[in-house]
Amino acid sequence: MTVLETPRVSTGTPRRDGSAPSRPRGRRLNAGYLFVAGYTVLLLAFGVFPTAYSFYLAFTNERGQFTGFNQFTKVAKDYRFLPAFEHMLVYLVLWLVVLVVLVVLVAVVLRGRIRPGTSAVLRFLYYIPGALAGVASVLVWLFMLDPDVSPVSWLLEAMGLHSFAAVLAPGHLPLILMLIAFWTGAGGWMVVMYGALNNIPDEVLEAARMDGAGPWRTVWHIQIPMIRQWIVYMAIMAFATGTQLFVEPQLLQTASLGRVSPTWSPNQLAFVFAFQQGDFNGAAAISVFLLSLGLVAAGLLVARSNLFSLDDK
Amino acid sequence: MRSLRSPGAGRARATRTAAAVLSLATAALLAGCASADPDSDSGGSPAAAKDFKQAEQKEGSQITVWADSTRLPSVQAYQKAHPDTKMKIVTYDGGADGSTYLQSKVQLFDRTGKGWPDVVFGSPTDVTWASQPTKPGAQPFAAPLDDKLVPQETLDGFAKGSLSPCEFNDHTYCLRNDIAQVVLWYNKPLMDKWGYQVPTTWEEYEALGKKIGKEHPGYLVGSVGDTNSHESYFWSTKCPAYQLTEPDKLRSNLSDKNCTRTAKLLDNLIDAKAVTTKGFFSQGFAKDSGDKVLMAYGPSWYGQYLFKTAFKVPAKTMAVAPPLKWAGESTASTGNVGGGVWMVSSHSNNLKASTELATWLTTSDENQTAAPTYPAYTKAAQAWLKNPANSSYFAGDVSEVFQSAADAVWTGWSNTKFPDATAWSSAVLPKLTEGKSLTSVLPDWQKEISNEAKADGYQVTNE
Repeated sequence: MTVLETPRVSTGTPRRDGSAPSRPRGRRLNAGYLFVAGYTVLLLAFGVFPTAYSFYLAFTNERGQFTGFNQFTKVAKDYRFLPAFEHMLVYLVLWLVVLVVLVVLVAVVLRGRIRPGTSAVLRFLYYIPGALAGVASVLVWLFMLDPDVSPVSWLLEAMGLHSFAAVLAPGHLPLILMLIAFWTGAGGWMVVMYGALNNIPDEVLEAARMDGAGPWRTVWHIQIPMIRQWIVYMAIMAFATGTQLFVEPQLLQTASLGRVSPTWSPNQLAFVFAFQQGDFNGAAAISVFLLSLGLVAAGLLVARSNLFSLDDK
Repeated sequence: MRSLRSPGAGRARATRTAAAVLSLATAALLAGCASADPDSDSGGSPAAAKDFKQAEQKEGSQITVWADSTRLPSVQAYQKAHPDTKMKIVTYDGGADGSTYLQSKVQLFDRTGKGWPDVVFGSPTDVTWASQPTKPGAQPFAAPLDDKLVPQETLDGFAKGSLSPCEFNDHTYCLRNDIAQVVLWYNKPLMDKWGYQVPTTWEEYEALGKKIGKEHPGYLVGSVGDTNSHESYFWSTKCPAYQLTEPDKLRSNLSDKNCTRTAKLLDNLIDAKAVTTKGFFSQGFAKDSGDKVLMAYGPSWYGQYLFKTAFKVPAKTMAVAPPLKWAGESTASTGNVGGGVWMVSSHSNNLKASTELATWLTTSDENQTAAPTYPAYTKAAQAWLKNPANSSYFAGDVSEVFQSAADAVWTGWSNTKFPDATAWSSAVLPKLTEGKSLTSVLPDWQKEISNEAKADGYQVTNE
């Protein structure tokens, strides 16, 4: 995030003293390569290579023979494929809408309506759940959702949910998973959005006020358009994590004594293909499906929002 | 697999082998299609039919043992008694419902070509995949124990039918640790106090359940809400949900009379609030309703694990009655809810030590007398029953019922490559929670079983 921000700051504000850069250009370049080297190695080892390998697996069979799109047709025809993608898409729509709306709303309120000290404390509080590891967060929710042990069991009872099994009815799952994801993920994004809002120069807001814009108009016509790229960035990242949904339904599956299907999400289906049926090629085909879905969605969002056109401004 | 297995008869052997090879070839061909293979014939012959090739044997080399936490003390006891055997013991979540940990790991070891544990504790479901190669050209994980490793005499000492989950392609791939024969548990003092007769038939059980629903609301005669409830009820009533007619052909017919009448009976009892759709093992059940369980139709291990440990029912309260029959039936049959197995890896470098350990764990009185669950090895089971620790908690003698039920497990319910718990838990239980009747969800259950089976390469019939 900061990497993207830097060019704007440096190009936008010329040096006041007009002095030349203190270090020779060559040394700075070497240091730059050194800094990205570690990341590049890890990216190649755990990002690029596995992706390439899964493409190889998806287009071949167990004996390494080229099979074209047969693996894709095979997994798409599997009886669990459509339900899994359907579950994931319902969840994704819920999660993205709620995430974008609530995170932006909270960030705007924190930035404009709450005193700086209180706002800092609140931002810290929002951030805490995200610091819990994924599994631990789900465990917290397992307690929250079980009327027998939940501190808010009265709320669950009021909704007519008298047992853990009733809470975990198949229709409730996208909502439950959205709650878990929001609880763990949204706090971090609120902090990021707050930072983005801070980047809007005070003069702009002041000008808006002088032109007669009320708080609502300022938010809608000034603040949100000016942090639009951050919102798109958040949407892309949240979409990518959303398609990776695995830990949450997997743990709910175990905790609910099997009431949640072991192939609820596409990633779980890929896991079953690989490790239960021993079909690594089919599993790779599912992950390529997911990758394509993520790339198409990200591509659309990037193209529509001019996310990468920062330098042109 | 059972249909291929008939003891003795040397002449039929050739035919059987031919049939097995043929069906395996078909299986391989199908697996070929399933793996999107453009030319399945050139990839070599099916690997499963080949003879078992031992890995290079290194006498005295260390063996790795994977055991679940319940079986860990037994393995440690063996190590203490046999300090010459070099062992590395690993605890893992073996044998849990639908756990695929071992299977996942073996898939990976088969790819890396190393890492297999020498001896493992697993569920009968594990044997179905472990006795077959995980990919073309791989050697099945489990070693055929009847092939010069364990004497036939020892194998013959296991309770009738208890080794059938271990048998595949005319070989025995595991030793059964314990049996989980289903019996009728009941609260004796309460039954006596209220003047009820212990039912001997399903019809009596239903009538008593309805009566209790009226006369003592809140009291229960059973539960269908656990991951294994279907094994207690539908296996015991001979419902053909999982019936392998051949190694690669599964019959699942839930419109069979045995299934529908069981579902109807349970629906009536659920309506009467005498059978709960909550699981005995679900969160909060022990606290809320543990002392309201008047009867439970379930496995032999319910005694120690459910009533004593989870429900904390006082000693001398729970008694056991034989499995139920339908009126007019002469013999009862029963289900089997779990029961672990020990497998030896075909990749082991020390088959001698591995086999000795597996044999000791399953057959020795020394180990089994104090085992937590009912041993599958008949002689060890007798010693187990003589141990007061295993029976003094109950009201009355459990020996006779346990022994006769152990021999009455219906062999028409097969172990498949996929666990039988998934379809029941994910397709049936949520609908029961919603208030749908069991009878109305039998088609959903059958569909899920059939789909799972097809995905695992079985040919499925629903007739």
